Amino acid sequence: MSEPLLSACGLAVRFGSITALDSVGAALWPGEVLAVVGESGSGKTTLLKVLSGRVRPEAGHVWYRAPDGERTDVHAMPLPMLRRLHRSDWGFVEQDPRQALRMDVSAGGNVGERLMAAGARHYGHIRDEAARWLAEVEIDVARIDDKPATFSGGMLQRLQIARTLVTQPRLVFMDEPTGGLDVSVQARLLDLIRTLVRRLGIAVVLVTHDLAVARLLAARIMVMQRGQVVEDGLTDQVLDDPRHPYTQLLVSSVLAA
Amino acid sequence: MNALSVRGLAKGFTLHLQGGTRLAVLAGVSLDVAAGECVALSGPSGAGKTTLLRALYGTYRADAGAILVRHGGGMVDLAVADARTTLEVRAHTLGYVTQFLRVVPRVPALAIVTEAAGAGNDAEARARDLLLRLAIPPRLHGLAPATFSGGEQQRLNLARGFAGAHPILLLDEPTAALDAANRATVVAMIREAKAAGRAIVGIFHDDSVRDAVADRVHEMLPLREAA
Repeated sequence: MSEPLLSACGLAVRFGSITALDSVGAALWPGEVLAVVGESGSGKTTLLKVLSGRVRPEAGHVWYRAPDGERTDVHAMPLPMLRRLHRSDWGFVEQDPRQALRMDVSAGGNVGERLMAAGARHYGHIRDEAARWLAEVEIDVARIDDKPATFSGGMLQRLQIARTLVTQPRLVFMDEPTGGLDVSVQARLLDLIRTLVRRLGIAVVLVTHDLAVARLLAARIMVMQRGQVVEDGLTDQVLDDPRHPYTQLLVSSVLAA
Repeated sequence: MNALSVRGLAKGFTLHLQGGTRLAVLAGVSLDVAAGECVALSGPSGAGKTTLLRALYGTYRADAGAILVRHGGGMVDLAVADARTTLEVRAHTLGYVTQFLRVVPRVPALAIVTEAAGAGNDAEARARDLLLRLAIPPRLHGLAPATFSGGEQQRLNLARGFAGAHPILLLDEPTAALDAANRATVVAMIREAKAAGRAIVGIFHDDSVRDAVADRVHEMLPLREAA
């Protein structure tokens, strides 16, 4: 497909005297995984929030192309329309799954709730879909009625992914999805995300500070520093032939195991 | 008809963390490779052989010159192509067998090769045949390669590289970790690929392998000596 699913230009955000985003542009095509890397404070999470409509930029535009080909300005669309997008066509995976999950609702309920919000009504179908998605993310279906409070960190993150993907979104925003997890749990989660994203053809904007995560999941990468994109390209180009001093610093700072 | 045509290629690295030191590795490289032909890159360590291979794949971004690749009926210049075009060329036209397998956690060997073999119904069967031909026994097909030996990983990497049927293949020391029997298999596979009209650029440290597969040798010298 020749048209981007999501595109942005001239994005600017300031928090007081701090420049969080400075004339940032980006484009994401259907089925593509784009990694945004940089250290804390580089503006990558702010960019994710602006792209997903959660934070309004002071300047610039974000355009989303709907399945019918219509292009909409994300920050000019009516709030109910944006909410509807977030409930079905879009997904957002938080670093801390507790922010997205309802901890007092069963695992199956957490997944089914998003389906119902997107319009599903038949209880039996909803429960079947929830069970199917728990299996997809390798959570024992016997746990469907358990509350997330009894789950490990890795299971919570997988449950959040099931809840996000159950509506078969076209576009998913991920904020450090493997942050805060044990390394062995990370590997399993990365493989799961990689497999599901490829199979379902989902486009992903992935914010991470972990270059190995970016390399494994993303075809393209953007490097941010102090609110600006200092380098972008194919992931192997940027990580194997970094040109900007900051990218060289990032790449050379990784400890090889 | 050339599958690959390189003109005046230059590549250097600026090391910003080391006082902005500038390392020039390639300058004025020109090279033509026809369909069905195998060209061996040759030269001492530091001559830029691997740098050239990585530049041809688009991993190292060219400073000057053109890398023309016959792709989908036209020529694409990878030296200036955008990211998505480069991905498209890599998916259909240009394959690269690196020296070392970058292991993906938990993905079984057979799935890795099947994915490379494309979307056809026979992709898995072809992947299995390739693994068997490269002496990777069935008991390993369902395992992730993290625990494979160096030679097994290299053979898996070769199976993945040859599975895609790319018209142009870049090979970086494809037989470095292989025993004589597997070397012979790889030589046979390269010859078959040539017979099928695929163009190959490779680095072969083993002279007997190089003599067995290469139609031409492209000599390279480190830039300081060449100048």
